[in-house]
Amino acid sequence: MTAPQPKKPGLAIWLPLALFAGFFVLVIWGLVRPADREVASAFIGKPLPQFNLEAASADRPGLSTADFKTGKPKLLNVFASWCVPCAIESPQLATLAQSGVEIDGVAIRDRKDDVARFLATNGNPFARIGKDDLSEVQLGIGSSGVPETFVIDGKGVIRYQHIGEIRAEDMDLILRKLQEAGQ
Amino acid sequence: MIAEIGLAVLWMAAALAVLQLFSGISALRPGGKAMGGMVRPLAVMQGALVAVSFLALIDLFLETDLSVKLVAENSHSMKPFIFKLAGTWGNHEGSMLLWVTIMAVSGGIVALVEKRLREDTLIATLAGQAFVSLGFYAFLLLSSNPFERLAEPAPEGAGLNPLLQDIGLAFHPPTLYVGYVGLSVAFSFAIGALVTRDVGPAFARAMRPWVLGAWIFLTVGITAGSYWAYYTLGWGGWWFWDPVENASLMPWLAATALLHSVSVLASRNALRAWTVMLGVIAFSMSMIGTFLVRSGILTSVHAFAVDPERGSFILALLAIYIGGALALFGIRASTVTEGERFSLFSREASLVWNNVMLCGTLAIVLLGTLYPLMTEAFGAKVSVGPPYFNPVSAIFVLPMMVVMAVGPLLRWRKDKPGRITATVAVPALLTALVLLAVVVFAPGIRVLPMLGIAVGAGLARASLLPLRGRNLRRTPLSVYGMVVAHFGIAVALLGAAAESAFSTERLAAMNVGDTQTVGPITIKLLSIEPVAGPNWTALEATVSAAYKDGAPVTLHPQARTFTSPPGERTESALHTRWNGQLYAVLGNEGEDGRWQMRFWWKPFVPLLWLGGLLVAFGGLLALLGRVAHDVKRLRAEGKIAYRNSRKELLK
Repeated sequence: MTAPQPKKPGLAIWLPLALFAGFFVLVIWGLVRPADREVASAFIGKPLPQFNLEAASADRPGLSTADFKTGKPKLLNVFASWCVPCAIESPQLATLAQSGVEIDGVAIRDRKDDVARFLATNGNPFARIGKDDLSEVQLGIGSSGVPETFVIDGKGVIRYQHIGEIRAEDMDLILRKLQEAGQ
Repeated sequence: MIAEIGLAVLWMAAALAVLQLFSGISALRPGGKAMGGMVRPLAVMQGALVAVSFLALIDLFLETDLSVKLVAENSHSMKPFIFKLAGTWGNHEGSMLLWVTIMAVSGGIVALVEKRLREDTLIATLAGQAFVSLGFYAFLLLSSNPFERLAEPAPEGAGLNPLLQDIGLAFHPPTLYVGYVGLSVAFSFAIGALVTRDVGPAFARAMRPWVLGAWIFLTVGITAGSYWAYYTLGWGGWWFWDPVENASLMPWLAATALLHSVSVLASRNALRAWTVMLGVIAFSMSMIGTFLVRSGILTSVHAFAVDPERGSFILALLAIYIGGALALFGIRASTVTEGERFSLFSREASLVWNNVMLCGTLAIVLLGTLYPLMTEAFGAKVSVGPPYFNPVSAIFVLPMMVVMAVGPLLRWRKDKPGRITATVAVPALLTALVLLAVVVFAPGIRVLPMLGIAVGAGLARASLLPLRGRNLRRTPLSVYGMVVAHFGIAVALLGAAAESAFSTERLAAMNVGDTQTVGPITIKLLSIEPVAGPNWTALEATVSAAYKDGAPVTLHPQARTFTSPPGERTESALHTRWNGQLYAVLGNEGEDGRWQMRFWWKPFVPLLWLGGLLVAFGGLLALLGRVAHDVKRLRAEGKIAYRNSRKELLK
């Protein structure tokens, strides 16, 4: 074996520059993309798919489609213990739960004791938490990352999708969407 | 007046950098040799002037001169001295000025002390250094002037982000910065060597102390940053794979690879193009990291001074420097590739493997960090966390530990596996035994921590082997450095693995007088009292904690409230024992009047940071060894030159 580079470096020598160019294009896009980052989900206005998830934590029941047909609008929060933005939104979720909003959770690709630790650390605003190990439910409702929060009306229809963590400035919007879903 | 002086000397320094760049370029052109003499003095003057400018800014912060916009926005007259000082760089403009200061001062030092390099390569290096600095000068002078005055002095300052009001964070960013900037010197050396086609052992020896120095500071910075995140964020974790953490890890990985390949180039004249490439990559990673943190392009828990416009400016600099350097590399690399040959089983080959695996780790960390951005380009927001980073990085890290154990035992150029089989048998056996013991005595722990403990134990033993059979008093300091650094990696790995395998947690709602247990520790809540600090008030719990039947110690976790700017921060309390750490956090008061408290017992977690410091200490030993060696050699050469000149005279 000689030095790791071939004797006559061919096109490979330009590979770093090509990768860097790719990086450059990506971040240029990231910087200039429109300020309105809301992506309207194709799932809004559609009923939740059929699912029945087992419980993700010892002290909360699991979650199924039937839980959303109670006549009362609810929040469905998609989270994971390994997701840092999920920890950031926990105070907002706690505030919502305290003001009487019912929040159900779906833990994505998670482990029971990790979920327990996450909830112990960040508080537990959830009434029910389903365990979605293969992201089946997540994909079924048009969510592709964590955290995301859905407003579901009393008939189990998706009315609003919030992508990313709920920040303090998003609270009014979430409450308004909940109110609209209840009408 | 101070602010005006600061700004004026900053302009002057920038002007000198322009001169330095152009005199360097013309000196390298045919017939321009005469210009070469100016480059060194210019670099020294530039460093001195920018240092004056930075001192002026420090003075403004210490005086809390509220007529200066930057001070008014980031400081407060009531702030403790140390945070006034740290406020100088705890903001965007100040940190950029710190960056350019360290860079220019380093350039001045290179100009003063570097004697090994060919003169034209040194001139190209200093011109490159001036070129890189110019971007930062432009940034400061045109878009982020730190000395800008307010029309009306502010009545009081806005204060400093409470999260940053911590002694750890006061010194963590400058430590990392010295590391980043050290890599900029290495980058300039790489550019200089490419321009003059002078990539050889002399270039590697000139570059090595800067890489080592940068790497030591990065190691200390990352270790301190991890400990800071651990005790101030109140989450009890030491690494979150957050973009900001990755931003410092990536240059470290590249610098570690560079450190090893530069040694191969220095002593064996091999891996030429590869070393130059890593020199470019290491600095690219510092800049990309800075860009990711500053531009707000990625969501992070502790990104600060986020501003997309400034992000664009850094991005433009990135395009010019990194794009330019990679293009230069593409054009010139073919002229520098030839180097000494070595066999598949040799010290060189093991270092190539180490490089490949470090770069592999770097690639997956970079990919994971950018992945959310990539998927967002296709309309999906994704967060990538430990389920990706932990197992995927282990694919590279665990085999790297094996190479680390074996590589230093190999001979340069060519070796036979049979020669070291007996030597490595002991650590290999130790690894197997520890693995067996963990499986038997601690069933149910996860695979990665289990492997981490076993491999860590084996590596700890193996890392000492290079000292075997040596005369310890005549062993070079750099060999001790390597041994200590590798041992430190093993110690850190053991700490990390033990923490993730054996941590226990307790969340409790407690009344004063209640008792709880976490792991082997019994905790009693004695009282909750309000306390006041210089610029905060807090609720402070007093708890007594006893390990098994031992004597209790008293801890004071606090929940602090800051007023300017308003903010809250938990101040966790730590109790460290030889075999682990108790971590206590005071939460909120519940509706029933009981206090939410969280406790962790984290066995052997201090080993993690002790390991980090050992790694840095190893680097320091190696640096001292190299510098001492160079000084001795220069002196010897000086004597020879003196003797020769005497002979000439006597003839």
